[in-house]
Amino acid sequence: MVGSEAASHFAAPVKIKQMEKILLRNIDVPEFHRLAAYESAGGYRSWRRVVENMKPAELIDEVKASGLRGRGGAGFPTGMKWSFVPKDSPKPKYLVCNADESEPGTFKDRLLMERDPHAVLEGTLIAAYAIQSHTAFIYVRGELAFGATQLESAVAEAYRTGLIGKKIFGSGYDLDVIVHRGAGAYICGEETALLSSLEGSRGWPKLKPPFPATHGMFGCPTVVNNVETLAALPWILERGAAAYAALGTEKSKGTKLFSVSGHIAKPGVYELEMGYPFKTFLEEDCGGVPNGKKLKGVIPGGASMPVLRPEEIEKVNLDYESVQAAGSLLGSGGVIVMDETTCMVRAAWNLARFFAHESCGQCSPCREGCHWMEKIFHRIEHGEGEAADLDLILNISGNIMGNTICPFGDAAAMPAAAFIKKFRDEFDAHIAKKRCTVRRELE
Amino acid sequence: MAVEFSPETLKKFEETVGRYPKKEAAMLPVLYLAQQEFGYLGPEAIAYVARLMGQEPARVQGVVSFYTMFNTRPIGRHHIQVCRTLPCALGGAERITAFIKRKLGIDIGQTTADGRFTLSEVECLASCGTAPMMQINDDYYENLNEEKTEKILESLT
Repeated sequence: MVGSEAASHFAAPVKIKQMEKILLRNIDVPEFHRLAAYESAGGYRSWRRVVENMKPAELIDEVKASGLRGRGGAGFPTGMKWSFVPKDSPKPKYLVCNADESEPGTFKDRLLMERDPHAVLEGTLIAAYAIQSHTAFIYVRGELAFGATQLESAVAEAYRTGLIGKKIFGSGYDLDVIVHRGAGAYICGEETALLSSLEGSRGWPKLKPPFPATHGMFGCPTVVNNVETLAALPWILERGAAAYAALGTEKSKGTKLFSVSGHIAKPGVYELEMGYPFKTFLEEDCGGVPNGKKLKGVIPGGASMPVLRPEEIEKVNLDYESVQAAGSLLGSGGVIVMDETTCMVRAAWNLARFFAHESCGQCSPCREGCHWMEKIFHRIEHGEGEAADLDLILNISGNIMGNTICPFGDAAAMPAAAFIKKFRDEFDAHIAKKRCTVRRELE
Repeated sequence: MAVEFSPETLKKFEETVGRYPKKEAAMLPVLYLAQQEFGYLGPEAIAYVARLMGQEPARVQGVVSFYTMFNTRPIGRHHIQVCRTLPCALGGAERITAFIKRKLGIDIGQTTADGRFTLSEVECLASCGTAPMMQINDDYYENLNEEKTEKILESLT
């Protein structure tokens, strides 16, 4: 099938800060997706130590002490999430690795799955042991066929060598791992939607509470952890919680992956210690905005997070608290850079179209509101906007916020409002002049 | 032609269902099997899967229609899916789509008369650092420009 132009299977080139790498430590090692290579670099030693020497409660305490927080976007403390699973439940327990990476601007999990699938798998096993699950799922986004293949090979190798299956390392612990492919739906990255999908249904989110930790897949206790979160576990167990907690800031521990795209000299996936200065990162590590252009705006945490103006990132550091204090959120670490030629109306319309396309349709504020916002942004960009349109979008956005079952509604509403509030002049000019007033760089 | 799995696929179906804690959880992998076997998920294929899974056809249809990767009508041998979301748009995705439309003489959602290509626009494919990009069947093609895109299309028969 692949012709003269070989299809590329690997994610963007990786540039790494000169610091000790945790998640990307082996990412450039050739053939590292194979078990032999992974084991020769110390792989599965943590898994063996956990099964042979650790009680689940000790493991949970260790991960709590590391300060590791969920890297899927919400930043919830991982050890605490595990501790909510009832220990005495007679029902089966499930661990799910969320490999449904779909947040626009984010491509870090794909890199891990494709190049270091055994680290993802080892983390999945460790988490499953922590909650004493005997069935773990890796829910891979349907489009990521190559990542799924890499994970399937890793799982097959692990079965062949007794790393998973029955009576692992001669213990009484059994664990099966199933790689499950999604089928195309952004919403399935949301954990309750993912579980609906895994149950064989439409990917519809469910109300919380009850939380998946007590009522997850088929009503059984379930923990859903992101790929990047899980991939950090082998290192944490190998080097100790204190070593991980020594990195980062008071509340944002360790390292995090950042996917950088848009108008930037060196796009790619970077691993940074939490708390790294945003401006230094963009200008020095990523080479800044190319072609002598000026920065106009940057989305720090994936398309769901509010855009920031250049002056707003002056003092921001890349950790959960600092980005939040600046009025946005760290989210998935998907950094989208826009230079001065970018039409912000068109950018807002592009993202509104994304959310309109991906709304699952359950809650009317989101189902209707996302499409209304998309239509209004479209007409402003195409010279048919009216003076009242901006307040109308802000009104719709406000009526979505907090009024939906899942956080998708907020994720669609926040960026729409932020674009208008931060670049109001540009929206006003489009409406007043009845045309796009910025060079059509996006076309 | 009767819409039913070959003996080999039926075996795969049993294996797949056996891996899951409940039969219904195997719905997506079973639909993939059906799509592979029948080419697309038309009403007959959906009715067949419903029978195999012990569910109502309407329920299976509801699942199929929710996900973008299930095709309810025949598509071309090469399914071109150009990413249109912001990072790719900033990198010139609209030019790539316009070029493909001109080159193949089809619009988005259409298939070439010879059944070789179907063109779709899709949302973010998690390849933003190498924008603009497209997926053709399972493969990613990144850092596209018109010249590169033309060579890729010509290489696919």
